[in-house]
Amino acid sequence: MRTTAESTEPSAATALLRFATAGSVDDGKSTLVGRLLHDSTSVPSDQLEAVSRASRARGQETPDLALLTDGLRAEREQGITIDVAYRYFATPRRRFILADTPGHVQYTRNMVTGASTAELAVVLVDARNGVVEQTRRHAAVAALLRVPHVVLAVNKMDLVDYAEAAFATIADEFAGYAASLGVPEVTAVPISALAGDNVVTRSAHMDWYSGPTVLEHLETVPVTHDPTDDPARFPVQYVIRPRTAEHPDYRGYAGQLASGVLRVGDRVTVHPAGRSSTIAAIDALGQSVEVAWAPQSVTLRLADDLDISRGDLIAPANAPVRAGQDLAATVCHLHDRPLRPGDRVLVKHTTRTVKAIVKEIPTRLTLADLSQHPDPGELAANDIGRVVLRTAEPLAVDPYAASRRTGSFLLIDPADGSTLTAGMARAATGSP
Amino acid sequence: MTGSSFTGVTYPPFTLTHVDALESEAVHIFREVAGEFERPLILFSGGKDSLVMLHLALKAFAPAPLPFGLLHVDTGHNFPEVLRFRDETVAEHGLRLHVASVQRYLDNGRLRERPDGTRNPLQTLPLLEAINEHRFDAVFGGGRRDEEKARAKERVFSLRDEFGGWDPRRQRPELWQLYNGRHSPGEHVRVFPLSNWTELDVWQYIAREKIVLPSIYYAHRREVFSRSGMWLAPGAWGGPKDGERVATRLVRYRTVGDMSCTGAVDSDADTVEKVIAEIAASRLTERGATRADDKLSEAAMEDRKREGYF
Repeated sequence: MRTTAESTEPSAATALLRFATAGSVDDGKSTLVGRLLHDSTSVPSDQLEAVSRASRARGQETPDLALLTDGLRAEREQGITIDVAYRYFATPRRRFILADTPGHVQYTRNMVTGASTAELAVVLVDARNGVVEQTRRHAAVAALLRVPHVVLAVNKMDLVDYAEAAFATIADEFAGYAASLGVPEVTAVPISALAGDNVVTRSAHMDWYSGPTVLEHLETVPVTHDPTDDPARFPVQYVIRPRTAEHPDYRGYAGQLASGVLRVGDRVTVHPAGRSSTIAAIDALGQSVEVAWAPQSVTLRLADDLDISRGDLIAPANAPVRAGQDLAATVCHLHDRPLRPGDRVLVKHTTRTVKAIVKEIPTRLTLADLSQHPDPGELAANDIGRVVLRTAEPLAVDPYAASRRTGSFLLIDPADGSTLTAGMARAATGSP
Repeated sequence: MTGSSFTGVTYPPFTLTHVDALESEAVHIFREVAGEFERPLILFSGGKDSLVMLHLALKAFAPAPLPFGLLHVDTGHNFPEVLRFRDETVAEHGLRLHVASVQRYLDNGRLRERPDGTRNPLQTLPLLEAINEHRFDAVFGGGRRDEEKARAKERVFSLRDEFGGWDPRRQRPELWQLYNGRHSPGEHVRVFPLSNWTELDVWQYIAREKIVLPSIYYAHRREVFSRSGMWLAPGAWGGPKDGERVATRLVRYRTVGDMSCTGAVDSDADTVEKVIAEIAASRLTERGATRADDKLSEAAMEDRKREGYF
């Protein structure tokens, strides 16, 4: 049944891992990222030369690896990371896309941004300080965003004499906290980003540690998720109607499978209208196939001529989505303008954008102790809270816990188009 | 880095290789723009990134014709073989091509030649005026985040103000695969479907899809002269100057752009397979190896992008 995986030439066949890093200002995150890129020989010599030149111009004797990742003029002037940057590197075993998220003041929204597409998060702590509030915040965000794998990198081991006890205390405390958050898997690694211990190469100072280096773990962590486990979800992006002499009657629904597997012959239902038909054909970018799976971009043709347009969602008839106009969600507010009950917003969910009103903000989360603060009145930038929305039209939404793709949404300001809030649906939407 | 050691590895059913995942993501981006914007446009130079972009766009809407037009900003110093290739490609697929000419702006006095002779920064004004004139609201560019440190900060959907400017400190956060293309009249959105591709990914895709490129991407003998450590092609644009000696060398280009600032590299890679092997072993980025304009200052790309450059 497989098509592309076997026909692809071997050199292009390595898998891709998207991961995010999180750490507060002085934990050495930029150094870790620089070390990871440098020691895996992923830094081209002209970039390294540019970093050396810039470091010398600042009076630094050794190249400051943090300059590899701080790309903007303002970042380099202030020596801080302002915004998420994406880095690319490869080893013979895997390709990596790294969302390098800043640990500075705007930590939460930037980490939410980086974690939204990540399959793994690296949380950095300073071995001298142990688990601090910021560490708990990062773990909570990773749990909230349902990042499947978390790595705890206990950095600056060189400053605690590479002592096993120091590492074990931190690793145990973090593991307990992560378990209470529902993080499925934590791997703790003792490192020194500055000295290069256990980042890419094994440390000579910590023979008591027998686990993988950070890079070894990144290369081997299983990320292939079997899409047959999930119900198929196909948000319709665009209707392809050539109306050409060659294809006078072609009518295809273009989209990317958000989850699951679809086969020719499957009985499907179109949401929110609720009409059903059968998949007559699947076109995988010009090639006719029998089966497609997430996250392939394909075009479906149905046996019946239904009224289907952008924003509709095609799902198996035996695994429907609940559609409704009341949406309860956990959100991270991103914009400096606060979010308040009564606000009129747009909800962008998969390929559908609808008007909505913020009905309630029942609670705001205190990240330090994970307590819910009732009735906060508003959510400010970086706040995480619960929100109840009423949408102008029904939305077919899955719980975020079941699908990161069909359970996530944005709130957009209808006046100026700003992205206000990132949302994770809590439960299936209720009936009107 | 070619991964040849992976020959024979079998993947579990229902996985995607990284090239398939990148292709699927880029197609998703093209279709999002087609679904949400009124007047999108593809920036097209005939170079490898824009050819890969065009190939992906054609696949995304097949069997329907491409729902976008193309725009080339011609510096007047482009390689003749690339311009020829551009026109052949447009004719082959029956596409609509707009050309914004830097030379015309110089001729009518609206732009002035720079002392260093490079015309790359001069492209911004003709580009922005073409966008305004035709009221394009989404403009696809072939930019990749691996190219340059300012580009590493670039969103897939990048809002530009009415002056075409990019403000890196006021970018919209971009989460999941939910791209926000909302904009006010006069503003437009730059869209980068190849954001997550690297140079090697682009070449592996060219190999797999058998995409034909202008011949100058492959090793050939040509006349070049050395300036600032780069092999430049002589031409009416202003080279060689006194003391610069022309020699015939076996070279190829990793990027194509304005002849005054795009250098060739010594290479005997005359097939796509040899090019992939060469890039995988190279310790230089394509821009570091062959672009003079990025070396003007530590933040040259960021500064140009703020002004409206792609």
